[in-house]
Amino acid sequence: MAKSRAEIEADVRDVLVDALGVDEDDVVATATLKGDLGAESIDYLDIVFRLEKKFSTADKPFKIAQGELFPENLMTDPSLVEGGKVTAKGIALLKEKVPHVDVSEFEADPEISRLPNYFTVKSLCDFVERKLGA
Amino acid sequence: MRWMWIDRVIAFEPRKRLVAVKNVSLAEDHLHQHFGPEGALPACPVMPNSLILEGMAQTAGILVGSVHDFREKVVLAKVVSAVIERDINPGETIRYDASIERLDDMGASTVGIVDRFSFAENAWAPVGRIELMFSHLDQNRAGVEFPEENFVFGENFRTLLEGAGLRKAGVSRPA
Repeated sequence: MAKSRAEIEADVRDVLVDALGVDEDDVVATATLKGDLGAESIDYLDIVFRLEKKFSTADKPFKIAQGELFPENLMTDPSLVEGGKVTAKGIALLKEKVPHVDVSEFEADPEISRLPNYFTVKSLCDFVERKLGA
Repeated sequence: MRWMWIDRVIAFEPRKRLVAVKNVSLAEDHLHQHFGPEGALPACPVMPNSLILEGMAQTAGILVGSVHDFREKVVLAKVVSAVIERDINPGETIRYDASIERLDDMGASTVGIVDRFSFAENAWAPVGRIELMFSHLDQNRAGVEFPEENFVFGENFRTLLEGAGLRKAGVSRPA
């Protein structure tokens, strides 16, 4: 049976508590992984591994490809980032590749360093929900 | 200074599991530095937990490195959890049993069980559990066989790998 949104949120919370060593109460929908929960680069890989483990079932593996959850390659392609700002092409790519990240506010000031602020607990839950439903 | 914190590899299942042992001896200086004689704390000559962690990191690191024949630079990226519940005393043997839980191009996560053999009790006893994450620093797949710079432990480390059949002595396979 498909997991409910509440079950997904509880599982994502477990993953973040284990991966980041944070308090359960701090894992709220609006919390950002980097700013609020203190995630560092290696933690993203840890989170990916744990999500795969948590949501895989015997008949349906939950496999996250590189760049599917966190757009790592965005930082290096010069056509996507100019002078520290994400280009229109970059924004379009973000919307296409990482629809679980709400970039509507980010667009107004697309400073690349601000991008991690938009990776929230809600982003992760949306990602999992969409992927499980696919 | 770079130290070896395992003595011998005793079991190896490629891509899955590697088991190593270390004999703890009172002849080792670090036991005497744990603690005293001049420190504020009384002498407590047991294997320091930090070095048990290092032993597991070496065991699991060799396992992860062996997957790609040591072409990748494998670095310890995160101690996910480390629980050590028992002391390991001089004259006892530590067993590090490391398994790969997850592995991809970016890195690997491992789970390791630490046990000790006590000759006084003539039995193995559980000591703890250590979960680690390793990162592949670059994805140097096309690199040369056993590039020098990927070995940070020098000749003793090679001898240890050769003893475990993980590396052929003095032989470089064609690329």
